[in-house]
Amino acid sequence: MKIDLYTDGTPLLLSNNPLSRRQLIKSGLLAAAGLLLPGRSLAAPLIKAINPTQGKAKAVIQIWLWGGSCHIDTFDPKPGAGRDYFGQFEKPIPTNVDGIQLNELLTNLAKTADKFSLIRSMTHGNNGHETAAYLVQTGRQPGDRQVYPSMGAVVSLFKGYDAGYKGLIPPYVVLTEPQGRFSEAGFLGSRFKPYATGGDPAQTRFAVEGVVAPGITEARQQSRRDLLKELNSLDHALQSDPQITNAIDCERQAYDLILGDAGKVFDLAQEKDALRERYGRNTFGQSCLMARRLVEKGVPYITINYKGWDTHKQHFQTMRRKLPELDKGLATLLQDLEERGLLQNTIIWCCGEFGRTPKVQWDAPWNGGRNHFGKVFSALVAGGGFKGGHVLGSSNATGEEVKDRPVYPCDLIGTMYDLLGIDTNAKLPHPQGIEAKVSPPPGEKTASGGRLIELI
Amino acid sequence: MKRLRLVIAMAIVWGGVAISAPSPDKSGQGKGATTPSKASTTAPADTEPLSAGLNPFEAPEFTTRASVIDELVFSQLEKLGIKPARPCSDSVFLRRAFLDVIGTLPTVRESAQFYADRSANKRAALIDRLLAREEYVDYWAMKWCDVLRVKAEFPINLWPNAAQAYHRWIRTAVRDNMPYDRFAREMLTSSGSNFRVPPVNFYRAMQNREPAGIAQTVALTFMGQRADKWPEEKLSQMAAFFGKVGAKGTQEWKEEVIFFDPSKTNATPLAEPHFPDGSTPGKSAHGISGDADPRLVFADWLIRPENPWFTRAIANRCWGWLMGRGIVHEVDDIRPDNPPVNPALLSCLERELRNTKYDLRQLMRLILNSRTYQLSPIPADPSRADEARAQFAFYPVRRLEAEVLIDALNQVTGGAEHYTSVIPEPFTFIPEDFRAIALPDGSISSPFLELFGRPARDTGMESERNNRITAAQRLHLLNSTQIQRKLEDGPQLEHFLKTESLSRPDITGLYLSILSRHPSESESEAALTYARKNKGKPREAALDLAWALINSAEFLHRH
Repeated sequence: MKIDLYTDGTPLLLSNNPLSRRQLIKSGLLAAAGLLLPGRSLAAPLIKAINPTQGKAKAVIQIWLWGGSCHIDTFDPKPGAGRDYFGQFEKPIPTNVDGIQLNELLTNLAKTADKFSLIRSMTHGNNGHETAAYLVQTGRQPGDRQVYPSMGAVVSLFKGYDAGYKGLIPPYVVLTEPQGRFSEAGFLGSRFKPYATGGDPAQTRFAVEGVVAPGITEARQQSRRDLLKELNSLDHALQSDPQITNAIDCERQAYDLILGDAGKVFDLAQEKDALRERYGRNTFGQSCLMARRLVEKGVPYITINYKGWDTHKQHFQTMRRKLPELDKGLATLLQDLEERGLLQNTIIWCCGEFGRTPKVQWDAPWNGGRNHFGKVFSALVAGGGFKGGHVLGSSNATGEEVKDRPVYPCDLIGTMYDLLGIDTNAKLPHPQGIEAKVSPPPGEKTASGGRLIELI
Repeated sequence: MKRLRLVIAMAIVWGGVAISAPSPDKSGQGKGATTPSKASTTAPADTEPLSAGLNPFEAPEFTTRASVIDELVFSQLEKLGIKPARPCSDSVFLRRAFLDVIGTLPTVRESAQFYADRSANKRAALIDRLLAREEYVDYWAMKWCDVLRVKAEFPINLWPNAAQAYHRWIRTAVRDNMPYDRFAREMLTSSGSNFRVPPVNFYRAMQNREPAGIAQTVALTFMGQRADKWPEEKLSQMAAFFGKVGAKGTQEWKEEVIFFDPSKTNATPLAEPHFPDGSTPGKSAHGISGDADPRLVFADWLIRPENPWFTRAIANRCWGWLMGRGIVHEVDDIRPDNPPVNPALLSCLERELRNTKYDLRQLMRLILNSRTYQLSPIPADPSRADEARAQFAFYPVRRLEAEVLIDALNQVTGGAEHYTSVIPEPFTFIPEDFRAIALPDGSISSPFLELFGRPARDTGMESERNNRITAAQRLHLLNSTQIQRKLEDGPQLEHFLKTESLSRPDITGLYLSILSRHPSESESEAALTYARKNKGKPREAALDLAWALINSAEFLHRH
C-alpha cells in the first residue's frame, strides 16, 4: 500500500510543462514581469543590479519542512476552491498586511506579515522526496553525473573556514538530525557536511553530541584528558605523521569547545523563561531559539530539519498539531531577530521539497490525506535583504497550477547567494577538476524564472 | 560475562590460551564474540614479550620469509637510499591483520590464542584463518559496494529491492572467490531483470546512463582510469560499445530490465567503436556483426590477459586496499603521466593474478605474507617519511573506516547501533546487533556513519570515503553521550567497572580487550597512578581508562 508514496515525478521539462515559457510569453506574463528567456542571460544584468560584493546577509536560517508541507494549508489558502480542496480549513485569516491571508492557525505569523514575504509560485514538477529535496536545496536538475552541494555546503565553503571564519562551532549546523536523502555536501566531500547537533533543545538540558557530556565535571574532563595524553603511545611514537598531527589538532579544537566558552551557546538555560515560552516549548520552537543564538555567534548557515510534513494520511489532524508549532516558533524567531537588529543580516527561508496535492484524497486508505505535489508550492522568505509584506507569484484558484511568475529553486537560491555576496559564477572546487559553478548557467537544462528582484 | 572474565584471567595469568581446535569464530557476526570453545589451559608461559628498548609496535627481526614482493620493494628502497621501518611486533600484526582482512577487531580470546601460539608460521596461519572468515566476506563486499555504488537512494536510486539483490550477488561472488575476470564480465554483459539478474545493476546504478556516462563508469571501475580526462574522441569511441544498452520498467515497482536493444537510438549519434587502445573490433577477432551485443565485444576485449589495463587496475587496487596507497596513486587515477612508483612490483602482482586465474584472495594472501606488509608503522627516518611512504618503507597509519570503527566500539563495549534508511521500506529493518560492515545498502545509515565519512556511493570513486579525522569526530569520540553511554552501559566492560580498585589485572584486561595487547610497564604504572588519584571512585577510574584507550590513536587507526 505504501508503494505510491514513492512514485517518482517526471521532471517537468520546459517542453512539456503546461506553463512552458512559450505559453507564458504568449500570455504576456513573462513580458509583463520583464523576464527574458533562460537561453539568454537574465542573470548578468541582475547580478549587476544587486552587486554581490554589497551582500547584506551574513547568515542563513533554513527551515526545512521535511516531507513537503501543503501550500494551500499554510501560505496560500484557497477558501473559494471548495471543501474538496480546503478540507478543514475554510477560513483563512487576514494579516497585518492588506491583502495577505494565511491559514487560520497561523495567528502569530499573521501579526508579523510585514517582516516576511511569500512566494506562492514555487515550482519544479518533481514528486520524489529525494530528487525534489536535491532540487530545492541545490537548485540543480538531478540526472547528470554530478551530485552538487546543497546551499548550506556552498555557504560554508564561501563563508566558512576557508574564508576566514574562526568560530569553533562548525559553519554549517543542522538542528538536530541530518536531512539524509542525498549527500548535502555533494562532490565537495564530507568536510562540507553539516554538523548535526543531535539531542533535543526542548529537553531541560540540550545534550549537543560532543559538546555537552552529562555527568562529567570539568575537573574530570581535565584529568582524563591528561591520562589520554600520557597513555597515547602511538601518538608518541609517530609525532610527525600527518594523520596523527591532524588528529592532535582536531583534538585541541574539540577541547576548546568542551572546556571553553564556545560550547555555552548551546545552553538554552541562559535565555529568559518567558522568551523560551514564546518560541514554544517543543523541539521546533527551541530549535528556532537555538538558531538565533548560533547566528549571534557568527555561524553562517543553520538548517532546522523540521520533520513530519509528509502527510499522506491524517493530514488535517497533523496540521492542527504542527501549524501552531510552526507559527509560534517562526513568528517569534522573526520578532526576536528584529528586536536584536539581526534580521537585516539574516536570511530566513522556509519551505519543503514540494507542496501537496490541493485536492484532498478522501478515499481509503488515505481518508483525508494529501500526496506529493511538485508543480506548485510556497516558500516564505525574510531578512537579509528580502523585503517584508510582499507576495511574489500566484497559483490558480485551486492551487494546482502556477498562474503567475514561476519561481524555480535555482531562482530562490541564486537570489540568496546574491544577498550573501556569493558570486554565482564562481567556481566550485571539484575533486576531479570538473568545471562546476555555484549556480547553473542559464540554459536549456535548468528552468529559471529569473532572480527575485521583486523581493529585493 | 563470566566467560569473558575467565578468558581475560587466563590471558593474564598464562599469557595466553591454547585452543584445542582452532575454530573460526562464527559468532563474530554478533557482538563481542567472546564465546570460547573448550579451552585447554596447557598454555606455555608468557608470550608477547615487550623486547627491551622497543616500543609496543616494533619487533627486532622478521619472522616471515622474504617473498618476491619484498625483493622488489627492498631493492628499490636500497637504490633510493631509504631505510625501511623495523618489522612490526606480533601485537601490531595481529590487530592489523584482523582490521585489514576482516574489518573486525580480534576478541580477547583470539588475541590470547595468537600470542600463545609458538609456531614459526603463526602469522601465515592467522592470515589463512582470517581469509576464511565470514567477516572477510562482509568486509570486502562492503568495499566492492563502494566501488559498484550499491545504494537505494539519490542519485543512484537503485531502490531497496535492487540494492539488496546487487549486494547479495557481490557478497556471494566474494564468498565464492569468483575469479575477478568473470566478476567483471558478468556485470558488463548480463541482461535481465535487476531483481533477478543482480549484476545488471552495474548499469542500473549509474546516475548518467548515456553511452558516454556508462563508458566513464566502466573505465573508472575496471581500468582505474578517469575518462573525463581522455580526449573526447577516445571517450566517444568507447561509448559506442554502450549505445545499445536498453532499459525498461516492469509491472513490479521499481524493477527494471536491462537488455540489448539493437534498435535503440541515442541523443548523440554513436561514433565508430574503438577500444581504448585504439584498435577496432573490425580488425580483430572481436568484430561486431549485425546482431551482436557490443557490450560483449567490449567485455571480451577488456578481460583478455594481454589487455594492458584490466589486470593492472585490479592489482593496483588490491595493493592499495591493503597497503593504504596504490603503486599508482590514487588507485583509480591510472594515466600515462601518473606512473607507478615501482613498475616491477606492479608487473609482478599482475603476473601473479594472471597465473592464478584472477584469484583475488590469493593475491591478498601473497601481499599479507610479505615482509613489506609486516613493517612497523614507524618510519626509520621521519625526515624522509613522505618518500618512504610512497615507496612502502613503512605501514601507513589510517583512521578506521566509519563502519569498522563503530563495529569496533560496539565489540569492545558490547553496545549496538541503530541503523535506518530514509526510505521507510519494509526491507530495511535492521536488527539491533547488526554489524555496520555487513550493511547491504549505502542508504542504510546512522548519524555516526555519516559523521565519520562513510562514502556517499555517488560515483564509485575511492576518494569518496573520507578517513581524515575532523574536529567534529574528535568531539564525538571524546565527549558524546553516545560514546559515554556505550562505555557506561556496555556489558563487555561491566566487569571492569564493578572493580573495587583498579588493579593490574583490570588494566591488562582493558588493554587486551580494547587494544588487543598487554600494557607496557610504564602504561600500567600510569594507569595505576590514575587509579590512586581517584581513590574512592574506582568505577570512574576504570571508565576513564577505557575512555582513554578508545580515544587513543592506536584504537582509532589501523597501524
